[in-house]
Amino acid sequence: MSEVKYSKEHEWIKLDGDIATIGITKHATEMLGDIVFTELPEKGSNVDKDGTAGVVESTKAASDVYTPVSGEVVDLNQSIVDDPSKINQDPENSAWFFKLKIKDKSEMDTLMSKDEYDKFAKESSA
Amino acid sequence: MDTKKTSLYQLHQDSKAKFVEFAGYQMPIQYSEGIVEEHKFTRNHSGIFDVSHMGQLFIYGREDLVDDLERIFPLDLKNLKLNHSKYSFLMSDNAGIYDDLIITKIKDGFLIILNAACKENDFKILKALLNDKYKMVLDEERSLIAIQGPKSVQILKSVIEGVENLNFMSGNWFTLDDHNIYVTRSGYTGEDGFEVSLTNEFADGFTRRLIDKGAKLIGLGARDTLRLEAGLCLYGHELSKDKTPVEANLKWAISKERILKGNFIGSDIITKQLNNGVNKIRVGIKPEGRIIAREKTKIYNESDLEIGEITSGTFGPSVNGPVAMGYVENEFSKKNTKIFLEVRGKKHPATICSLPFYKKSYVKGVI
Repeated sequence: MSEVKYSKEHEWIKLDGDIATIGITKHATEMLGDIVFTELPEKGSNVDKDGTAGVVESTKAASDVYTPVSGEVVDLNQSIVDDPSKINQDPENSAWFFKLKIKDKSEMDTLMSKDEYDKFAKESSA
Repeated sequence: MDTKKTSLYQLHQDSKAKFVEFAGYQMPIQYSEGIVEEHKFTRNHSGIFDVSHMGQLFIYGREDLVDDLERIFPLDLKNLKLNHSKYSFLMSDNAGIYDDLIITKIKDGFLIILNAACKENDFKILKALLNDKYKMVLDEERSLIAIQGPKSVQILKSVIEGVENLNFMSGNWFTLDDHNIYVTRSGYTGEDGFEVSLTNEFADGFTRRLIDKGAKLIGLGARDTLRLEAGLCLYGHELSKDKTPVEANLKWAISKERILKGNFIGSDIITKQLNNGVNKIRVGIKPEGRIIAREKTKIYNESDLEIGEITSGTFGPSVNGPVAMGYVENEFSKKNTKIFLEVRGKKHPATICSLPFYKKSYVKGVI
């Protein structure tokens, strides 16, 4: 089974071999409200851990999307750019944001498990 | 200072509102369905808005008061009929806008609806301008509930019979369960609708009756997307002390009769601007694609020169795309002018467009 981890910036990351799929958590979408605009990084670009790698905008405000690990962007989910409301509908599955060829797998160790994240999300929204 | 709560606070909580502090009040920004659904429900059905934070200023007086108010507002108040309303502004000597407001002629005086963030200051300014001559009540004992959208007339009529006979921008007193209610046909969404002024103790029960009839509570988030699609100004964004009604493209609200005669606060500047034009003017802006240009976004012309700034921008759920308003230099204010908006360091194409973005006709009767 592939490993899913979570960041303090409310991204999830799933690693299959050296390809990481990244999106934002359900908790994040609940905080943002209706998402109406998405911007993704450029395919082929290199992104650094904790750097910005996209934007989501709700009717209320714009928020940066950060990458929890470093790597090269190898794939983008165009369907969430065409219809950003998909992110609210299925944030942790079909509405992934981008895929990276991960540079350093040890960066995964700095991230939270599902249980740790749920606890963190609960505390940070309290 | 503690944040204030409106009489509907409990109802908002029961309806799972997310709250935000606005002008010193705890107000609902949205409920569980979210801004987009709330927006669409108002356009297609009927939305209820708690606007009790807004000021309800009653000023009592007769002919003297009409004369004195005409020295303040650019309106032909002498010919304003009983229970009829006008949109206007409280201005400084330089015609800067302290507040935008709705003034209604009522028996024994006038009712003025003021913005929540401005109401205390407005009261002080008006009291001083009127030399304390008249009884003025900024009524905290009354709530204000708006009901907006195509089904609102049916719903409100089933609770208060007779409201269906009101024309746009007019009102009247009604009685419901021994409560005196003042209803005007007006609003801030671009839809047909009403604003209902009633005592605080009756507000919760009354609103629950509207909900039982099929209307839904709508938060400030959707109120903002609705008014922006309707091309309506929001104080603190499109309007401020640094902007005049002519710059705000609201000269339609200034009585032509009064411009000829002058003699109201700010009339010198208004007349000068009407004759000579203004440097910057409010326009509608339609970004291409889906990019959202928010307040303070810089506007450039095709030669890459900065020509203005966005004052409000969001995603319009009924337009199904981004919408914005802002101020640009007059020579670039013509409809269909190509402009560029700088968002996150990149310039995105957009077009100057006419307002509103979303149009529906208000109910007008034979007067």
